[in-house]
Amino acid sequence: MSAPAEAMAPALRHRLSLLLQRNWRSLVLFVPFFWLLLFFLAPFFIVLKISFAGSVIASPPFTSMIEWVDEGVMHIRVVTDNYAYLWEDDLYVKTYLNSLKISSISTILCLLIGYPMAYAIVRSSHTTKHILLMLIILPFWTSFLLRVYAWMGLLADQGTINGLLISLGIIDEPLRMLYTEFAVYVGIVYTYVPFMILPLYANMEKLDWALLEAAADLGARPMTTFFTVTLPMTLPGVLAGSLLVFIPATGEYVIPDLLGGGNVLMIGRVLYNEFNANIDWPVASAVAIALLLLLVLPMMLYQHIQGKETENA
Amino acid sequence: MNAGKRSAFLITTTCFGIAFLYIPMILLVVYSFNKSRIVPVWGGFSTKWYGVLFESEEVWEAVSLSLKIAAVNACFATILGTLAGLALVRFGSFKGRTLFSGMISAPLVMPEVITGLSLLLLFITLNEFVGWPNERGFTTITIAHITFSMAYVAVIIQSRLAGMAQDLEEAAQDLGAKPFRVLTDITLPLLAPGMLAGWLLAFTLSLDDLIIASFVSGPGAVTLPMLIYSRVRLGLRPDINALATLIILVVAIGVLIAAWIMFRQQKQRELELKMSEES
Repeated sequence: MSAPAEAMAPALRHRLSLLLQRNWRSLVLFVPFFWLLLFFLAPFFIVLKISFAGSVIASPPFTSMIEWVDEGVMHIRVVTDNYAYLWEDDLYVKTYLNSLKISSISTILCLLIGYPMAYAIVRSSHTTKHILLMLIILPFWTSFLLRVYAWMGLLADQGTINGLLISLGIIDEPLRMLYTEFAVYVGIVYTYVPFMILPLYANMEKLDWALLEAAADLGARPMTTFFTVTLPMTLPGVLAGSLLVFIPATGEYVIPDLLGGGNVLMIGRVLYNEFNANIDWPVASAVAIALLLLLVLPMMLYQHIQGKETENA
Repeated sequence: MNAGKRSAFLITTTCFGIAFLYIPMILLVVYSFNKSRIVPVWGGFSTKWYGVLFESEEVWEAVSLSLKIAAVNACFATILGTLAGLALVRFGSFKGRTLFSGMISAPLVMPEVITGLSLLLLFITLNEFVGWPNERGFTTITIAHITFSMAYVAVIIQSRLAGMAQDLEEAAQDLGAKPFRVLTDITLPLLAPGMLAGWLLAFTLSLDDLIIASFVSGPGAVTLPMLIYSRVRLGLRPDINALATLIILVVAIGVLIAAWIMFRQQKQRELELKMSEES
């Protein structure tokens, strides 16, 4: 090889590797990016579009937004009736408020149960900690549907709880629990409490517990220490856990359907029925968009927290 | 932490919490051996509901469809999620990064009814304009599941990558390995445990999904959760208890095996650490 070529080689190789690096990167990025654009982002625009369409009895059961009225005159029809309908019909507004009420109260209940549990797990010995964590995660791997179904057996009029209470002589008549709002609360707290415990645990695990001892040494009462030191330090975990419970609980379908029956109005259930039973796609789409608008702030807040977590790690 | 500091309150709450999580599942198992047709009323021991379950062809078809979807979904979700995680952690800033990271984490919190509805409407629109998919079932359910499972895989991969020392990759690069070679020979093998965890999670998420599958499925394609749901909607059924017992059994065995493998690996690591200290 001649001297200039030899001098060129590293530069060339460098160039080539840079090029390869760049192309390899765009390939790694392109595949998942394209997938999400097609199957995650695009569908929302379709829902948005259909929410502004009129309902007709046809297949598909909605009117087209763009119509060609003779000789190339394009006619864009935007129907806002669906949203007006949601606003005017008492049922939808009530359902929204009821969903918010149920998911907020459930979130608070999860926090009340999950916080002490996460705290206890963090403060327990190495082996106990692992066993407890495994016990919390284990239900995740079994069927969600079957765990909700289990409560049907517990709460039914002839169910385990009523049977137990009657045989103990506490009550004479079975308590009506299944197909009430109470059952929905039990179901949501039961299935979502691990979502509260795990982010709280992850947050508490990283804390400097010497601060608590310092507060105690300086004469702070346990309650004072809790409200001025522990709670502020664990706030990011509280927020992450609460959002992880609140957001999916608001749109929940299975729990209100199986445990609440027809008596509990929740928006996820209305959406599902509007779509599958009433076959009113435009209204179902409008309900979906309205639900999304309701949840967009909590969702962005969650992403913000998650982003910070990843940066810190 | 020292044992003395743990208050009675914390121990009580934890015990109640664990009992709250497990008593319903234990009762599911107990009632699966109930002779009586009315689930919560004990009528003596019997295994007849397992027989009823095994005779049902519907159940077997649903199980096989669900397992097929879960396996294909897990493989694709692991590949796509790993790529997405790599891009988000190792690529620094790039055009559309905010959109990309938003799209990756949104499925984690998106209500299932919205994801299901929007994907169904996409499939219908695609069918109208490009003629695909002309029937809904295995393919559409799998695509829908990949879309949300890949987000979970990406989260696992992101946290593994963030916690992984980059010195091996840098050493390989310094020794002249091309970036692609670094990826295949160093990064991916190091990520393998994370990818396995992601695969398992994607597999379970798919097996567990009812709502999204109900939206994007067509006539004839009934997954296991769809079958269970159609049966329990009308009330308690002892054969569903038998099915639940079998699912819990499979999960428990799987978790025990995983725990045993992890335990052995830890022992191995401790042993190696000890040997290297001694030498």
